[in-house]
Amino acid sequence: MSATNSNHLRIGFYICHCGHNIGAVVDCPAVARYVEQLPGVVLARDYKYMCSDPGQELIEKDIAEFRLNRVVVASCSPLLHERTFRSAIQAGGLNPFFFQMVNIREQDSWVHADPVAATEKAKALARAAVARVGLHCALEVHQMPINPAVLIVGGGIAGINAALTIARAGKQVYLVEREPSIGGHMAKFDKTFPTLDCAACILTPKMSEVGVHPNIKLWTYSEVTRVEGYVGNYQVTVQRRPRYVNEDLCTGCQECIAQCVYKEPKFPDRFNEGLGKRKPIYIPFPQATPQVVVIDPEVCLNFKRGQLTGKCKQTCLAACGERQAINFRQQSQLEQVQVGAIIIATGFQTFDARRVPQYGYGVFPNVYTALEVERLVNAAGPTAGEIVLRDGRRPESIGVIHCVGSRDQKTHAWCSRVCCMYSLKLAHLLHEHSGAELYNFYIDIRTPGKGYEEFYDKLLDEGVHFIRGRVGEVTDWAMTPEEENKLVLRVEDTLAGFVRRIPVDMVVLATGLEPQADAPAVRRLFNISCGSEGFFLERHPKLAPVSTFTDGVFIAGACQGPRDIPDTVAQAGAAAAEVLALIDAGHIEQEPNTARVIAEACSGCKTCLPLCPFTALTWDEARQQAVVNDALCKGCGTCVASCPSGALAQGLFEDEQVFAELEGLLNDSLQDTAP
Amino acid sequence: MNPVVNKWQPRIVAFFCNWCTYTGADLAGVSRLKYAANVRIVRLMCSGRVDAQFIVAALARGADGVLIGGCHPGDCHYAEGNFKMLRRFELLKRMLADLGIEPERVRLEWISAAEGEKVRRVINTMTEQLLRLGPLQLPQRRAEWDRELEPVSAATPTQSL
Repeated sequence: MSATNSNHLRIGFYICHCGHNIGAVVDCPAVARYVEQLPGVVLARDYKYMCSDPGQELIEKDIAEFRLNRVVVASCSPLLHERTFRSAIQAGGLNPFFFQMVNIREQDSWVHADPVAATEKAKALARAAVARVGLHCALEVHQMPINPAVLIVGGGIAGINAALTIARAGKQVYLVEREPSIGGHMAKFDKTFPTLDCAACILTPKMSEVGVHPNIKLWTYSEVTRVEGYVGNYQVTVQRRPRYVNEDLCTGCQECIAQCVYKEPKFPDRFNEGLGKRKPIYIPFPQATPQVVVIDPEVCLNFKRGQLTGKCKQTCLAACGERQAINFRQQSQLEQVQVGAIIIATGFQTFDARRVPQYGYGVFPNVYTALEVERLVNAAGPTAGEIVLRDGRRPESIGVIHCVGSRDQKTHAWCSRVCCMYSLKLAHLLHEHSGAELYNFYIDIRTPGKGYEEFYDKLLDEGVHFIRGRVGEVTDWAMTPEEENKLVLRVEDTLAGFVRRIPVDMVVLATGLEPQADAPAVRRLFNISCGSEGFFLERHPKLAPVSTFTDGVFIAGACQGPRDIPDTVAQAGAAAAEVLALIDAGHIEQEPNTARVIAEACSGCKTCLPLCPFTALTWDEARQQAVVNDALCKGCGTCVASCPSGALAQGLFEDEQVFAELEGLLNDSLQDTAP
Repeated sequence: MNPVVNKWQPRIVAFFCNWCTYTGADLAGVSRLKYAANVRIVRLMCSGRVDAQFIVAALARGADGVLIGGCHPGDCHYAEGNFKMLRRFELLKRMLADLGIEPERVRLEWISAAEGEKVRRVINTMTEQLLRLGPLQLPQRRAEWDRELEPVSAATPTQSL
């Protein structure tokens, strides 16, 4: 089966029509006829769908029948189907690396409109692959052990679900959350659409389970600061910020909060979107997990500008008593863990409504964001579910403006997917809690989901008004006596065809979802990509929606794009399944593209040593030569490109293979001989 | 002398890294963006793998331009391979200038996996630039240089040049 001598090459070439995707632009039979007469090619076929079972079987059968020893497939991107064809070739009895793929869909037929130019390009690319594949070597896939522990970043509903799924499968999970409690945005919601079941009722049991699960190590108030290693073997550093309370000793009795020298809560409560107040020592919300208090050194009297002064009476210490859980000298700590896989579930942030100044958020006190209203209608919120405005009034009419920071070229072009549904939900709840007249101002109502359209119908029946049109401005400038002391929404009613002025007492801005402010930093930390809008990029939008381009790092939830709770939970389950599939295999197959030293050529110049960011290159003092550690090499080839003696080589990307590819790409002297 | 002056189209060889630019080029395809068919892409794992010899070899074999695409600084899948390429590129540019090769012919671009639009833009602008510059014809130029040396070779027949 050895085929190192080019005289013995028996190359099989296959070009895929991919239905009309390739076939409508590239003249596939002509490319096949052209390739058939290239040196070493014994067979060239065009076929409708090479990736289908019959397509793969065709290759397998031909390998046996025509004694092929090399295979080239011209079809879609190798990022999509390289594995598929390697498996087919292996099934046919060849080493899977005696194969080269030609990308004539994503990088040819889909990007060029001229069939002649596209066909010529396909011929050149095929020629390059044929020239290259003859120099391919039989390679072995390395197997590396995998650490079965998993890191999950972000303790919202996505992180919680993924953590529980993996923990229930018996794996160790480290769940890292930046806030003092897990729960994420969902913990702030009152009800969830379209079923109107209470968010806390379905979320808090899961939070408690995370808190007590023996396989879950929960680190709240913590952030990942460093990630090293590779799939199966990541070393992660987590920084645990001081909460000035010993988590193991605090029982969550909250006596300290009651006894704080501040008799009344005084400081804006972040969990309640600033609508409520808290003390310097606090627990974010009643069901917070873990049930551990936190001291805010920015406002605690015992600190000044975050530095310990000891000038407070420290009544909290006395309240805690013998438990001695409060420790003003607590320092930030670093924890180091080894994991095999990582799930990133860092979620989203809501659009800052101040960026749309014409809606008056931050100017008119009775303009609210939707997240504030979530707290306002929540029975556990700052007003215990009463709809009381910032000026103490109770609204008789409320306007909900959809698409604030969504579907707008000036801010964010994308649809945030959840706003229509949560606006309908809030309209229902506000109507229920206050009896006010409700006006929804929308561009389109988007209700794609189980029971969503029915929920919209229900709202129509409830008498909520729907006005189609993007609101131009919110103003307090009254033109009629009825508009005095009201907020007036100026809007073109695009169904009625005229501009209306609608006076209301309260305005709710349905702010969209956007990437977290620190998404770029997180992305760099885990070496994954972002799309142009800033959400984390999946490996493939349809076929690998929770994978990233970094093996072993997965994404779940709204950090990948706006989505609602059902989709987030489904995605978290998918990410957990991917992780379990990865670690239950017990080992990772490593692409054999690592570097190697050609000992007889190495002059010992040491040029390569400082180039490797993974310290895979070391110096062998005895032999005075560089050595590659295969386990550490990730296969970038930077050292190979830099070796002045040509003493480094890279599997799958050997110098002579690339040179042959270039020769094939550019040598079109064979072009005119094709029939 | 050139028989195909009016029909001449430049040929660009592109070395794209697997993780950012090659994926970005795939995205351009998935998004059905249309760009000049003058480019032929060679996939490498990292822009750091682009040996200076690959660039020279492409030009020597008849490419009119070479495009190298890597991840944005700080985004390299292998931490810093793109920086290694950048340094190599800065050195190579000087050498190519000495050979009389116009700087526009060899271009290094950072293109992320999300920048299909940038793939289109870069390839189109580079094609336009090369159309203005005309063919590089390095193989022909080398033949010419060899002819210039013929009298010297004839004078010193025992010495190999």
